[in-house]
Formats: sequence, structure tokens, C-alpha cells
Amino acid sequence: MATLWGGLLRLGSLLSLSCLALSVLLLVQLSDAAKNFEDVRCKCICPPYKENSGHIYNKNISQKDCDCLHVVDPMPVRGPDVEAYCLRCECKYEERSSVTIKVTIIIYLSILGLLLLYMVYLTLVEPILKRRLFGHSQLIQSDDDVGDQQPFANAHDVLARSRSRANVLNKVEYAQQRWKLQVQEQRKSVFDRHVVLS
Amino acid sequence: TTNLLFSFCTGAMDNRGFQQGSFSSFRSSSSDEDLMDVPGTAMDFSMRDDVPPLDREVEEGKSYNGGGIGSSYRIMDFLEEPIPGVGTYDDFNTIDWVREKSRDRDRHREITNKSKESTWALIHSVSDAFSGWLLMLLIGLLSGSLAGLIDISAHWMTDLKEGICTGGFWFNHEHCCWNSEHVTFEDRDKCPEWNSWSQLIISTDEGAFAYIVNYFMYVLWALLFAFLAVSLVKVFAPYACGSGIPEIKTILSGFIIRGYLGKWTLVIKTITLVLAVSSGLSLGKEGPLVHVACCCGNILCHCFNKYRKNEAKRREVLSAAAAAGVSVAFGAPIGGVLFSLEEVSYYFPLKTLWRSFFAALVAAFTLRSINPFGNSRLVLFYVEFHTPWHLFELVPFILLGIFGGLWGALFIRTNIAWCRKRKTTQLGKYPVVEVLVVTAITAILAFPNEYTRMSTSELISELFNDCGLLDSSKLCDYENHFNTSKGGELPDRPAGMGVYSAMWQLALTLILKIVITIFTFGMKIPSGLFIPSMAVGAIAGRLLGVGMEQLAYYHHDWAIFNSWCSQGADCITPGLYAMVGAAACLGGVTRMTVSLVVIMFELTGGLEYIVPLMAAAMTSKWVADALGREGIYDAHIRLNGYPFLEAKEEFAHKTLAMDVMKPRRNDPLLTVLTQDSMTVEDVETIISETTYSGFPVVVSRESQRLVGFVLRRDLIISIENARKKQDGVVSTSIIYFTEHSPPMPPYTPPTLKLRNILDLSPFTVTDLTPMEIVVDIFRKLGLRQCLITHNGRLLGIITKKDVLKHIAQMANKDPDSILFN
Repeated sequence: MATLWGGLLRLGSLLSLSCLALSVLLLVQLSDAAKNFEDVRCKCICPPYKENSGHIYNKNISQKDCDCLHVVDPMPVRGPDVEAYCLRCECKYEERSSVTIKVTIIIYLSILGLLLLYMVYLTLVEPILKRRLFGHSQLIQSDDDVGDQQPFANAHDVLARSRSRANVLNKVEYAQQRWKLQVQEQRKSVFDRHVVLS
Repeated sequence: TTNLLFSFCTGAMDNRGFQQGSFSSFRSSSSDEDLMDVPGTAMDFSMRDDVPPLDREVEEGKSYNGGGIGSSYRIMDFLEEPIPGVGTYDDFNTIDWVREKSRDRDRHREITNKSKESTWALIHSVSDAFSGWLLMLLIGLLSGSLAGLIDISAHWMTDLKEGICTGGFWFNHEHCCWNSEHVTFEDRDKCPEWNSWSQLIISTDEGAFAYIVNYFMYVLWALLFAFLAVSLVKVFAPYACGSGIPEIKTILSGFIIRGYLGKWTLVIKTITLVLAVSSGLSLGKEGPLVHVACCCGNILCHCFNKYRKNEAKRREVLSAAAAAGVSVAFGAPIGGVLFSLEEVSYYFPLKTLWRSFFAALVAAFTLRSINPFGNSRLVLFYVEFHTPWHLFELVPFILLGIFGGLWGALFIRTNIAWCRKRKTTQLGKYPVVEVLVVTAITAILAFPNEYTRMSTSELISELFNDCGLLDSSKLCDYENHFNTSKGGELPDRPAGMGVYSAMWQLALTLILKIVITIFTFGMKIPSGLFIPSMAVGAIAGRLLGVGMEQLAYYHHDWAIFNSWCSQGADCITPGLYAMVGAAACLGGVTRMTVSLVVIMFELTGGLEYIVPLMAAAMTSKWVADALGREGIYDAHIRLNGYPFLEAKEEFAHKTLAMDVMKPRRNDPLLTVLTQDSMTVEDVETIISETTYSGFPVVVSRESQRLVGFVLRRDLIISIENARKKQDGVVSTSIIYFTEHSPPMPPYTPPTLKLRNILDLSPFTVTDLTPMEIVVDIFRKLGLRQCLITHNGRLLGIITKKDVLKHIAQMANKDPDSILFN
């Protein structure tokens, strides 16, 4: 039964991942198609010429119209000088996606904010709560047990995973405790004993 | 298998008689030669094992594992579901490549055989074949998306130190002024939408006080980012610090580090990488991007049975994921595959080559679609010039190569010394303080100089860029005469004041970067090495290039310039010198060869510059190799004591296997298990008294004839499982590894069969085998241990750790530095 659930879970996560990947691709294509008018531009840099000082011209036009004649709107010189002036100008077509930038920054900041909140909770709030509910909750095992009995602890761990548990809250609590133990072990190897990743 | 069972129908009832005879004959013999001379005993032993099942069943129905009585249940013994945990590995242990590969072949064979039975099985076999490609596609998509996220966020946060955009806080400086109409020709950076911190706080940007406010805010933001990075790493995922490439190299050679490529490490590495890069520290994000891509690979492996259960197949996927990581870092798919082949992977079968390329391409395509930099470029320093180079320029290129090699050797030595200090002294106890101090020093020294204030990627991009007529940066402040411009060709120009001031500022930048990177690489935040080394090389190259250019301008009547340079035209491209310098320094530090050249020419988009790049890369590698044997990643592997057997070096000593094997002359004898005469209690005592990770199984202690090899972890798990689940198994139960239970007197507790965890084909060599061959076997087959026999009897064992210690001893290095097995 457990293996059937495990297999179904894995299939489900695979399907959801594939859906996520496809949706990312679609989103990217959509954002490409529905391009913001302001997200394309032609930038022309014109150096000083006779009495005119150097100037930079921007215009939101498509790539086929990206040349000096379409972009330099109030043309500072007249008649035959226009060609000489335009020869010195360098025009470049650029595009960007401001929607992508906005979405990405907001996603990043929200993940960062959540992690910071969780960190504050773990380091400051949880010990205070634990101290208040001292007798009612399980304390984390002391570090020595985990370190000395390493091979046996792993074996216990492996067998324990096959036990079934009753309700969801217990599962979450159990998973969190296990994760905390793992992080503690990692912290000891990296920061205290300097065994890995010096 | 069932046919084989029933074919051993020879003289069953005589079994016990044979046993008695054989035992007595063995007790009388004392030396090896006597054993071999008794002809009957060999046959006796084979008889002893080949007992037909039916007869055994009648006598000892209860002694089988699983307590089956009917013959159908006995067959189930072989096809039973293995106990969960058997076949997995302990943390910080080496995998058994041979076992994993043969398991994969068995699985594949089973699926292929079953596929002929039903449509569902056929579909299953087809999907199994395609699962590899689907996995590569997913890895490419995920790595590309994460790389896009990292790039966009890093760009934004770097500029956050200097100011903020009032037209939408999510824009960085360049994008804020993108649509602005108030950008002037002289001052192309300023626009009213972008406000620096002094403008926001004291509403002005001019004056000494504004400068101090900007300075203060810059340092403050840098410290905040660094503090957040190191606290997140410390609280959530301590494995997310450092570059990651040395550990990934070790993992790909067969080592297990649980949690190193896990979900939390992925999330924390992505988030803190952005923070670390934005804090202005002298580090890059290429190495950590490889780690991120490998984490993606590892996590996605869990969706596919084929890769989740098999450690060897998983490492093939990780090789491909590493290629995808480098591909998104540089925008160089081919370079990524070659980097994975040359630097990171241990075994690289040809099938992996094609799949890695696919993953790298998908990742590059995904990143391109996200388009973080605009203009569909992949990397910030994509260069577009194609001006030719001249033969006499090979001399300065080789000089740059020598500089790169010298710098590489110096950096490796000093960085390893500093990291060793961090490992052994008090310095290592204050990681957070260390990060904050280094950030403060970097920020305080970096702000005054505009070339250190800008992010390193921008600096490299500016140095690689060749100056056109209309560039406005200080480095391009040549005395332009806009009147003369002969269609496309740049005229020969003398340097203006801007160029001279840029030169000495760049020289100061060079010194600062050389010194501060030594202390930055290896701190407890994600840190990469590629960008700082390229920056050092690019600065040196550009300085040399500008020097050569001005030399050509002021002395164009010298013989060399006259013959190669046309009069009045620009002859020397300083941007090319910067590129060659970057390649030289990167090659000197990492000792990359082919992958470096391919990455650099994929960056430039042209094949014209292959010869200068190769000249510089080769020179720097030779100079650096002359000064120190290892690249930076191998040096870190050795510093940490990982059990990494170097695949590239020759073992050239004339030692024999018996000089290296354990037990040594004065040690107690080899700890072995017998095939059917030890009790559960005996085995448990051995397990608790020793720390060996495996035990050979012999026929009996007197004969020392080898049956197989059993791993400690499998023993522990099987015994615990048997104690819980099988009835009757107690401490005095006999454990047997043979096909059938040994004959037991009545009223003894039931026996425990552990044959399914026994490796029946352990590798053996004789004691007189030269160590060259033994090291070669370990490298090519990926062994963990090898048994040593003498005249057919088991004599000792050589483990991978012993081989590594022996190599270290032969090279006069400290053999106690090998920590793991």
C-alpha cells in the first residue's frame, strides 16, 4: 500500500512538474507576443556636428524602422547636411520585457521575505514558545546521541520511515523535527568540526 | 533460477557423511600446500553446497527465512521484495559502482523481457527508455529559469546599493533610464527617474555631504546583504556555502554527501547567491550555478524510479546537469559540456555526452526566452568585434599567459593557506563576523574607485568592449576627430586624459582584487571563482593592450608596427588583450584547457581569436603547473580530505599490493565472517567492536577460502529486520550465507539466511600484484575495496582509503589528511 501511494505521489509530482514547465514556456511565449509598446526602442547616438552638440534619440518603433531618418525627429540640420549627419549616427534596436523583470523581482522578494520571517520564527519565537509549553511538547534529543551512534541511527532512520503515522499534523511535526536534526548535523560538520566545506 | 535449483540433484543424502570426512581432513592439514594436495576435498566442498531443495525441505522446513513450507514459497525467496534500506549507503561513504551498474542492467533486462507480455508492459518499457530525455528536458527548463531569476535579481540588487528607481522600484539603473527622454550625450547615465540615496535623503546629489551619504548607504546595504546571506546559510542550509564544485566533483566520483543536493540547499543557494553577489564582494556566480543545476538534477531524479534508486545512473544525470549549469552561466552550451567532461565528471559515458548537450541547449534556450539582458544576449559580456590580430601580438599574449600562470599559482597557495587557517584556528569559530568584516573592508575600499564600485561583471564587460567612436566611458576617452572617418575603420588615436586616469584607477583595482579574492573565496556564503579571476586577467590585459596601442601610435615607424599595421588605422584591439588575459588567469587558477578555450570563443562568437586564446591558455597552464601541481578545485578536495582518486595522474612507484594491504604485519588478523557457523550474537559483537564498513565471508576460519563480501550497513539492517519480523530469531540463531541452511540438531532456534545481501563476486587480486595495476583497477572500475589473496587463500583487504593514503605517502604528503572512506 505504501509503495502504491509512493508511486502515485511520484507520478503526480512528475505530472505537475511537467505542467509547470509547459506553463512557464507558454507564459514566456505569451509575454513575447503581447509585447509592451514601450518595451521596444530604437536608440540613435549622434555625435557633435558643426554647431550642433551631440544628442541621443529614443523612439519606440519596430526593428524595420530603426534608422536615422525615422528616429531623429526634430532633425537639427537641413537639406544636404542630413546625409552627412546621419552617417555619423549609430542606431541600435533594443527590446526588453518589463513584465518579466517586475514578476521576477516580486517573486524573489516574496521568497526572501518568507525565509526571513521563518528564520526569525525559528531563532527567536519558537524557543520562547517552547519554554512556555515546557512539559507538553517533545524536546529535541541532545546532540550526543545523534553523533555517536551514527551507523545504527541511520539504520533506525531507514526502518522508521516505513512505519505508518496517523494524522497529518503529526507528520508535519515529525518531518520538521527530522529536518531540524539534519540541519544541526550539517551545521556541526561545516561550522564546528570543519570536516566538509572548509 | 528455478531450473538451476532442481538441477543440483546429486547425492543429497550423503551430505552429512561428506561433511564429516571433509572436516577431519581439514583438521589434519596445517599448511597451504597440504590443503591443495588433497584432491578429494575440493569436490567435497562443492558437494556440500549442492543439495537439492526437495530433500532439505522435508528435513528442515522451519529453518528457512520467511518460514515457508511449500516449494512455491521457497521460490519466492529469490524474488521477494528486498528489505527497505538494503543496498543504500551511509552518509560520507563511497558507492559501489559495479553493484549499481549491474543492478541497472538487471532492471533493464527485466523490463525488456516483460515488455513482450502485455501492452502495458510495452508502454512501460518505452517510457523507461524516454525517461532519460524527459528528465534532461526538465533539468534544462528548471536550471534556465533559476538562472534567469538569479541574473535579474542580482542586477537589481546590485544597483540597489546606489539608489532606487521612482518609476517602478523593480527597475535597475539601466532599465530605469531606458525610456527616459532626458538622457544627454555627455552624461549618459543620469536620468531624473533614477534617484541615488543622497537625492532621496538630503535631496541633492552634489557636494561632499552627498558623497558621504552615498558612501554610508553603500556600505550599509553591502553589510545588510552579506549579513542576510550568511544567516540564511547558517540557519537553513549550511551546505549551501562555498563554490560547490569540489564537493560535486567528489560526489560524481562516487562519494555520498546526504543533503548536499537537496531542496533546502537549492532554495538557500539561489537566494543567498543573489545576496552575496549584490553585496559587492569579490566573488562570482558561475560555480554556485553549477551547484544549483546539480541540485535541480538531483531533485528531479526523484520523480523517476530508474534514477532514484540507482546511484550510478543518478551520477550520469548530475554530469549532464553540471553541463547545463555552466551553459547558463556563460551562454556556452558546448563549453558547458566540455567543462562537465573535463573538470567535474569522473565517468563520462558517450550516452551522457549527447544528453548533456541536450540539457545544456534546453537550459540556454530557456534563459534566452526569459531574456534577462535584453537584445537576446545570454551573458553580460558578449563581445561583437571581429577585428583581426597580428602575429607579433603573440608575444604580449604569451606574456599575459605567464602572468595568468603566476597569478594562478600564487592564488592557489595563499587561498589554501588561508582556508587551512580557517579550518584549524579560532578564525573558523566566527563565520558571521568574518563575512561582515570582509564585506566591510571590501565596501569601504571599493566605493571611492569607480571601477571597483561597479559590479565585476559590468567591469569585465566594459574591459572586453572595444572603443567605438561614440562610446562615452572614461576608458574610451580618446581624442576623437569626428571630421575624419573612413567608412568603418577606426583611426589611430592618441589617448586622452580620461584614458590615463582610467589606467591608474584600473591598476589600483587590480591590486585590490588580487588581494581581497584570496580572503573571499571559501567564506561561508556561496562564492564562485570564475568572475574574479577573469576580472584580474581582463584588467591586466587591458592595461597591456592600451600600452601596446599607444606604443603603436607614437612609434608607428618601428619595424614591427610598420610591416603589419597600415598607416593611420587602428592596429591593436585592447579589448582582445582583455579577453586573452581573462582566459589566461582563469586557466591558471582552474587548469582548464579545452573547455576554457571553447567557453571563451563561444563568448566572443567568432573563431578568429582561437589561436591567441590557446596560446595564452597553454602558457598559463604550463607556468602554473611548474609552480604547483593542482588546480584550485583539486587543492580544496585535498584540503577537505575527500576520498577522491585522481584519474589523471600516473602512479609510478614499484610497490606491491601486499605492501599496502591491511592487516599489516603486527595487526590482528583480518576480521572475517564464516559462511554458516556464526551466531547472530557473534556478528553483532563484531559489528559493535569494529568500524569496518564491510566484512569478507569465508568458508571457514581454517581454510580462509573466499565466498563473498558483505557490507556492514546491509548486515545491520537485515539483522534488525529479522529480529523484528521473523519469529524465532534470537541471539543464538545461526546466520548462514549459503544457499541452504546448514544441518542443525533439533530444538535449536531457527536460522537466519542472509545470502541475498552477500556480494558473490568481490574483486580479488593476488598479493604480488603491482600497485600500479591495483590503482588502475580502482580508478577504472570505481571499487571501494579489493580483497587480496595468496595462493587462493584470503590474506587481506585494500580499501580506497588505503590506496589514497599510499598515494599521498608516495608523494611525500601527509597520509593522515584523508578523512573519509
